[in-house]
Amino acid sequence: MLHTVNKSPFGSNSLETCLKMATSGSTVLLIEDGVYAALKDSSVAETIAQAMGTVTIAALAPDLAARGVADKVMDGIKLVDYSGFVDLVCETDKTTAWL
Amino acid sequence: MSDEMMDEGGTIKKFAYINRKAPYGTIYALESLEVVLIGAAFEQDVSLFFLDDGVFQLTKGQKTDGIGMKNFSPTYRALEMYDVEKLYVSEEALAARGLTADDLLVDVEVVADSEIAGMLDEQDVVLSF
Amino acid sequence: MAIELNGKTYETDEEGYLLNLNEWDRDVAEILAKDEGVDMTESHWEVIDFLREYYDEYQIAPAVRVLTKAIGKKLGKEKGNSKYLYELFPYGPAKQACKIAGLPKPTGCI
Repeated sequence: MLHTVNKSPFGSNSLETCLKMATSGSTVLLIEDGVYAALKDSSVAETIAQAMGTVTIAALAPDLAARGVADKVMDGIKLVDYSGFVDLVCETDKTTAWL
Repeated sequence: MSDEMMDEGGTIKKFAYINRKAPYGTIYALESLEVVLIGAAFEQDVSLFFLDDGVFQLTKGQKTDGIGMKNFSPTYRALEMYDVEKLYVSEEALAARGLTADDLLVDVEVVADSEIAGMLDEQDVVLSF
Repeated sequence: MAIELNGKTYETDEEGYLLNLNEWDRDVAEILAKDEGVDMTESHWEVIDFLREYYDEYQIAPAVRVLTKAIGKKLGKEKGNSKYLYELFPYGPAKQACKIAGLPKPTGCI
């Protein structure tokens, strides 16, 4: 399953709930304000690092660039562009949005 | 909905609706309820999940006269007549908000988050609100 | 739009549905029925009263499928089918009966 998160983890529990619900082998794609969860040294970096043990964490590069944080992304996060987003959707059986 | 989401050749698919927002601050809860009611006409295998603030949608005793909005909470009691009978509520979300199943206006199944994760995996389509 | 009757004004939307369901009474229901070409009989009122009660309890107008099932339960099997309800309200029990009952257009009704 592909999960998308579009809210900042600092103002919403969408990421937290998503990570609870994402079973092993699934992909979590950070989009829109959700990309702030990809920042290294942030208060959620530890949570993201832990999640990487069981799920793939990806982030939408244009959203990172738009927010001026493209150079602050922690290691291990898969960066995708819009066509990569489409590929992720097509590769999986279903997609769940965490709003 | 796209053809792919609806049934092909009469097969029944598992549809999950995830509700995570409190009822009156945003339109998500009401929109979700309306989609569930309309979608019921397709006679699919529907489950509703209430996570996070979504559990507040089901609290007893809602009275909206003072805020000029329609109290749509009684409509959850009509879901049974639409053959929408699988209502699952996150045990952790309830506990975090100081609520129990007795505070809710419909019969629900209270389920641990870890179990809900598995139930979502089994769905054919997941719709989020 | 509005309906004027006995010195009272009933506001309606562009499709003729009452805007305020609390303003509804039998007199305005007769007018709404006339506009729909429906001659109200006891059988019609039975369905209208049922719809008002249903709305009062659940805050929605039921889908036809749900309405027929519920009518069958409450008023008897011979009335709990769409043939009976369509005979009373030829343009659709949901659309026509809800309008006469002063309820909003049913959710999902096209």
